[in-house]
Amino acid sequence: MDDQWQVAGRSFTSRLIVGTGKYKSFEQNAAAVEASGAEIVTVAVRRVNISDPNQPMLMDFIDPKKITYLPNTAGCFNAEEAIRTLRLAREAGGWTLVKLEVLGEAKTLYPDMIETLRATEILAKEGFEPMVYCADDPIAAKRLEDLGAVAIMPLGAPIGSGLGLQNQVMIRIIVEQAGVPVLVDAGVGTASDAAVAMELGCDGVLMNTAIAEAKDPVTMARAMKLAVESGRLAYRAGRMGKRRYADPSSPLAGLI
Amino acid sequence: MAEIETVSIRVNGQHRRVPKGISIADLALELGLEPSRVAVEKNLEIVPRSTLGQVIVEDGDDFEIVTFVGGG
Repeated sequence: MDDQWQVAGRSFTSRLIVGTGKYKSFEQNAAAVEASGAEIVTVAVRRVNISDPNQPMLMDFIDPKKITYLPNTAGCFNAEEAIRTLRLAREAGGWTLVKLEVLGEAKTLYPDMIETLRATEILAKEGFEPMVYCADDPIAAKRLEDLGAVAIMPLGAPIGSGLGLQNQVMIRIIVEQAGVPVLVDAGVGTASDAAVAMELGCDGVLMNTAIAEAKDPVTMARAMKLAVESGRLAYRAGRMGKRRYADPSSPLAGLI
Repeated sequence: MAEIETVSIRVNGQHRRVPKGISIADLALELGLEPSRVAVEKNLEIVPRSTLGQVIVEDGDDFEIVTFVGGG
């Protein structure tokens, strides 16, 4: 069944984007990416280790020619830091498709939407195609889209919390009104959470900790792949209406 | 014996002395880095990768050299 999704003119089959942080080893990380079926991974931009330059690098294990690297701005708390980071990312990899996140404060890692909107505008003008981590605010989501965001990525719960989607009503409203892909970014804890996001009509789900901190990350990666596919199918199939009381599935006629 | 002339620079916040007249690509190689895998900022300005071999390291330059690492 052909069910691809497009972002910034590129088509992808997998609707699961996975992070590459918090894994025990590069080998485990690569195996989890493989099991997840993800075609896009998020990566961070950091100083090279000049005291030990021979340490293994992410690119040795996850080939950027096969898997799309989506550079992020994790750890940036204002527009300038985020823009500087992504300019470097563009130079390092040549990519304009990036993940913008501008955080408000460290405890909740909640997005600072004023700085996020400002950065989105500048990045879009510089030719970037920013997929934007944002609050579950339908008005801000619309503004982001108007300013050039190529995907809207509201959190379902705080980053790394694994609490599941706490805001299904708002996510659904954002999905309904969006003209660009909507992906839940952050908050997924287990497979059913990913399925919920997809059943709401999201175009995809982005996660890191739910896989990386599972007792068996590779198996969880496969669970997430199946959950995203299954949630997507359920959304496309169109779920039954809800009733307040029972409705028998066997015919009443012909009862003995 | 003539000493090699050096310049004083900072790389990722650390002070270093390197031979005078080397390019940024030479600097990366001296640090053990593959120039095609990093991005370089010199005095807060991005240095296009295509020019790393031509731009000469000057005394007092402040470099940030970054690459991709795991992240969510």
